[in-house]
Amino acid sequence: MAIDKKQLASTLQKLGPLIGLLIITVILIIASPNFLTVNNILNVFRQVSINALIAFGMTFVILTGGIDLSVGATLALSGALTAGLLNGGMDPLTAIIIGLVAGGVMGAVNGLLITKANIAPFIATLATMTIYRGFALVYTDGRPITGFESELFTLVGGGYFFGVPVPVIITIIIFAILFFILRKTTFGRNVYAIGGNEEASLLSGIKTGRFKIYVYALTGLLSALAGIILTSRLNSAQANAGFGYELDAIAAVVLGGTSLSGGRGWIVGTLVGALIIGVLNNGLNLLGVSSFYQQVVKGMVILLAVLLDRKKANS
Amino acid sequence: MEFLIEMSGIHKSFSSVQVLKNAAFQLKPGEIHALMGENGAGKSTLMKILTGIYKADSGSVKVKGRDVMFADPKEAEDHGVAIIHQELNIIPKLSVSENMFLGRQLTYGKTGIVRDKEMKRKTREYLQRLGVELDPEAAADTLSIGQQQMIEIAKALSKNAEVLIMDEPTAALTDREIEALFKMMDQLRREGVGIVYISHRMEEIFQMCDRISVLRDGAFLGTEKTADTKVEHIVRLMVGREIGERYPERSSKIGAERLRVENLSDGRKLSGISFSAAAGEIVGIAGLMGAGRTEIVRMLFGADKKKKGKIYMDGREVAITNPSQAIEAGIVFVTEDRKHQGLVLGMSVRENLSLTNYKRIASAGVISAKKDYELSDKMIKRFNIRTHDPEQTVKSLSGGNQQKVAIGKWLGELPKVFIMDEPTRGVDVGAKKEIYSMMNELSEQGVTVIMVSSDLPEVLGVSDRVIVIHEGRISSILDKAQMNQEAIMLAATGGSSNGH
Repeated sequence: MAIDKKQLASTLQKLGPLIGLLIITVILIIASPNFLTVNNILNVFRQVSINALIAFGMTFVILTGGIDLSVGATLALSGALTAGLLNGGMDPLTAIIIGLVAGGVMGAVNGLLITKANIAPFIATLATMTIYRGFALVYTDGRPITGFESELFTLVGGGYFFGVPVPVIITIIIFAILFFILRKTTFGRNVYAIGGNEEASLLSGIKTGRFKIYVYALTGLLSALAGIILTSRLNSAQANAGFGYELDAIAAVVLGGTSLSGGRGWIVGTLVGALIIGVLNNGLNLLGVSSFYQQVVKGMVILLAVLLDRKKANS
Repeated sequence: MEFLIEMSGIHKSFSSVQVLKNAAFQLKPGEIHALMGENGAGKSTLMKILTGIYKADSGSVKVKGRDVMFADPKEAEDHGVAIIHQELNIIPKLSVSENMFLGRQLTYGKTGIVRDKEMKRKTREYLQRLGVELDPEAAADTLSIGQQQMIEIAKALSKNAEVLIMDEPTAALTDREIEALFKMMDQLRREGVGIVYISHRMEEIFQMCDRISVLRDGAFLGTEKTADTKVEHIVRLMVGREIGERYPERSSKIGAERLRVENLSDGRKLSGISFSAAAGEIVGIAGLMGAGRTEIVRMLFGADKKKKGKIYMDGREVAITNPSQAIEAGIVFVTEDRKHQGLVLGMSVRENLSLTNYKRIASAGVISAKKDYELSDKMIKRFNIRTHDPEQTVKSLSGGNQQKVAIGKWLGELPKVFIMDEPTRGVDVGAKKEIYSMMNELSEQGVTVIMVSSDLPEVLGVSDRVIVIHEGRISSILDKAQMNQEAIMLAATGGSSNGH
């Protein structure tokens, strides 16, 4: 019977973030008549998709026991690059692909610094964060790149498909793929193993360095995707886009119950975590709470979630 | 006062699994009392109850005749009961005296300004009482494990400990350090300190202990005077059955040369390592701690970089620069430190077993859940891993069962060369014998087994040949006819002997 109890406890632990999301949602439905409308909900989802995509990558990084502070800068540089190429007359699909590849390369550079040069992830990505942001400023010369003519490109961030915003569809597809990778593939198993015990993983024949590079490259790629969506939706690319997004992404991962020390967590939690942040932002806006207080509330929710999580883990 | 410690009728369950049933234990002043039992028998739990880490469900604990039930280890210490854990509580960058007075520094009144000189003086005093010469200003991480352990013991005694619980104190010590430790224990015994000694090493227990208490499956089976009992009797009590010879019967069928190593060196410690090993052969690697045994096998496995040298498998040179190449070549490696290097403790038994067997459960990188579960079920049965559920985390298994996972994960398919570093460290007699039998079985199927071990009787009991390492070089290779404790010790300490 004890096993059943244990399983119940672990299920509850996994469901914790979801219950939190439901509570916040119910409160907002009661508090604001404008919250539960098709338009608003779709809007929330679209806003969340940017943070969710980055946070998905961050989940992989954190599961390996690392951290990536450069995601916001990667977003800005990739977005600006794609925008610049578009305005230079490049075919939109090619420009998008180049933007994505550039993001992947930026992530891979992070991975190389961490594995080959043996720099702590926090330090390595702190440095590249500054470097990538700097390149974005150089590339845009500090001015927004705007005025895209391609209709296809506008669709990426602003289009609808059967009434659902395209960014939401992209996020759902990416989520499904990443869920499958973490759950069902040797790649996913290795990510957990490396975070759980890197030395033992290496001695089990897992090429830990290579996998960590893949993981950072994946995060770079997803950040670039978020950057391209953002650029498309705002119809403008700016060097300071995505400023502070790394913290929102980390917050989503932590809210979702993934352990910052690595090896433990899941991507469903991250999706829920991103939704909590998105719903909270939206709800507080609707309620007319000042954006200064919104920050305070957001921070307190994160603290509360972590404290509750620890309490459950101890009991 | 007859007893320092009297525990009786102790019951303890963890989520409906009963780990102690009516357990009991008594300790007299001035005795060294061995507490024995297989892994998972409840020794550690019993001692954790004594020192207030766990709370008993029922039962009585008396210290010096007074009923107590400590709330935490601090309270136990205040009553003179101290425990020296297997993993030492030493802070590496702090000095000996800073470690000694950690959390209770001497200060000028309540100012918070520490009295450095006084602490150093006292540290020297405490260490001298144990007959240990150590510089109080030396950083702890510049000392050997044995010396660090002495700090812990001195620290316990400085708090007026009358009961000292030592959990596998010799596991990481060299022979000379063990000798020093034993001398110190003798000294404490004369002073009237009671020592609870937890160990799997029979020789040590029969050498040092006055009495032996045995636990099996959480129940107390009795206390014997060491002078009136025999190893066989204790083993029978511990496992509840005859396990026969300690080292299983073995008929070696040695085949063609499998592995040849030529002139291996790491540019630091090792140089000129050359040897070969045949199919079906068990080769022991012996030597003092720190001689370079582990370094040799780690290099062979690609875990550490080699500077020079060649490795041949079945006559063909193989390039090994990382573990995955070694595995590809058929070489696998069970590390000496299973917790930090062998297992992912937070993962389940199933996940640990499958980590090295992707080939059998996955295609194109996608894992078949069905094959995954089948494989782990099969392995759990085959290696007799005691777990109530393959989804149990490896962390919650007993040491012996963890070791079976660490070994079993390599046997999804038959390796060519099976390297084991201290395969039976911290493992009880029953599990030990299972591991020896497994080694025999593998060698009968033509696997080359290379075993690094500090346990000389074990090296002699299972090896066909012994390579002895001294200061980073092979000092001697002894075959079955030449093998004995004296020859190995002589070679290990630098004396030259080839048995001629």
